[in-house]
Amino acid sequence: MTMIKVENLAVSYGHGHNALKVLRDVSFEVAKGETFGLVGESGCGKSTVLGALAGRIKNWSGSIVIDGEGADPKRTKSQLAKQQMVFQDPFGSIHPRHTIGRTLLEPLEIQGMDRRHERIEEVLRDVGLSHNFRYRFPHQLSGGQRQRVAIARALILKPRILLLDEPTSALDVSIQAEILNLLKDLRERENLTYVLVSHDMAVIAHLCDRIAVMHDGIFVEVTTRSSLFRGDVAHPYTRNLLDGSRGYVATKPPREVAVG
Amino acid sequence: MLDNQNILSIENMSVQFPALSGSVKAVRNVSFRVGREKVGIIGESGSGKSTTGRAIMQLQPPGAVVTADKMQFEDIDLLGASEQQMRNIRGSRISMILQDPKYSLNPVMTVGEQIAETVILHERVSRREARARTVAMLERVNIRNPERVYALYPHEVSGGMGQRIMISMMLISSPSLIIADEPTSALDVTVRQQVLSILDDLVTERNIGLIFISHDLNLVRSFCDRVIIMYAGRIVETIDAENLEHATHPYTRGLLNALPSLEHPRDRLEVLKRDPLWLET
Repeated sequence: MTMIKVENLAVSYGHGHNALKVLRDVSFEVAKGETFGLVGESGCGKSTVLGALAGRIKNWSGSIVIDGEGADPKRTKSQLAKQQMVFQDPFGSIHPRHTIGRTLLEPLEIQGMDRRHERIEEVLRDVGLSHNFRYRFPHQLSGGQRQRVAIARALILKPRILLLDEPTSALDVSIQAEILNLLKDLRERENLTYVLVSHDMAVIAHLCDRIAVMHDGIFVEVTTRSSLFRGDVAHPYTRNLLDGSRGYVATKPPREVAVG
Repeated sequence: MLDNQNILSIENMSVQFPALSGSVKAVRNVSFRVGREKVGIIGESGSGKSTTGRAIMQLQPPGAVVTADKMQFEDIDLLGASEQQMRNIRGSRISMILQDPKYSLNPVMTVGEQIAETVILHERVSRREARARTVAMLERVNIRNPERVYALYPHEVSGGMGQRIMISMMLISSPSLIIADEPTSALDVTVRQQVLSILDDLVTERNIGLIFISHDLNLVRSFCDRVIIMYAGRIVETIDAENLEHATHPYTRGLLNALPSLEHPRDRLEVLKRDPLWLET
């Protein structure tokens, strides 16, 4: 079953002569329970795709169908609750002067949901935090714990889709592993659909079933996890990204080690 | 050959920061040597890797106390050096490349003037000669139109070009040691490759030492000759880069296994279990 269907999505910023086409023409489908990856370098438009899906960016053209329902640039509250975002930097995306409980309460108030206390406790347990965390402030939490809170805030509205914008790139390797494992568990338990944006090929390949490689506002290639692992990619740009993620490739032979 | 000669040797260095109750040791008794090679320092945030780099330059924030048995850089004892001596060393004999060129370049000076300033300051050459050397240096870091770039302000250049400008600024006075603190973390993958290969060429060509501080295991493994792994202010392991795969310390092993990999896909990533024993030596 198709969860997200995007056809001829285009976004430009600015007007008339100064208009900048960030997304030229993007079409894709994401099945229910699937994880779709968007990979590319800064400025290629990958976060703009998420913004348009989430309803944050309104001046797009084309068509977006979410869960069988056509999405207009202006959406109803219940349409907005269907997909939730997790941002890159947990240090910037959580209100520094609100307790975690208050941060989690806000989406419930906006959506007018009931059983607020129970829901907060449930969602904290789901992301592996004890319920005492609701009384804490963000500065009392580590980076990994904050990202768990950001995921909890996205999950509390029981969305069908999580839009993940570089969810682990501000975290250390060991914390990244914890968050990636958590995302995998949640996907299975809650039967969620993910769209994951990252610049890290290894992270993308770890979590995603299908991967779109973006460059300059279009998809240059849509490939699968297994072809990435095999290194079986068609477009030279994808190859470039793959090689880059493996580390540094010396262009010249290494320097001679001293003999005598 | 000079290859086996140490440029820098550090013995038993600690850095302490004053805290509300007593003091916090950010770096604990580290010892290492750097020769004419590329040495990587890997660690997670808070492991003390940047503090180590700054302590070598004597650039620790006010209040921090650096203690060591020995800090020898070529013929200079860094521990006993006065601020005046250090000022002559910084930028001319040891230089430092930082993460984001956007913040490390002066926004109100053209990039050319900034590079020329380094030469004028350390070598007392004429403006005309400084300009000529700057243009030559910009050309050396593969900037195609150096005369044009000379007159640009930092906001007019891209991230990759900014980092190449930083490299040219750091290398123009022919230092014998470069400390690069996450020099490519703010750059895109394809640009990163370019910047690293320029850095690699220059370090090799001039036969100097490089300390490469990074959190990126794959990058350090492929770029450096030797790797120092830091955890909680200590050096837990020093290993040749090509043997990193066979590291023995449980922390290094844990890091390697926590990394999603394109070569060895696995369903779940291993979560690092921190052993309090690692905090002791």
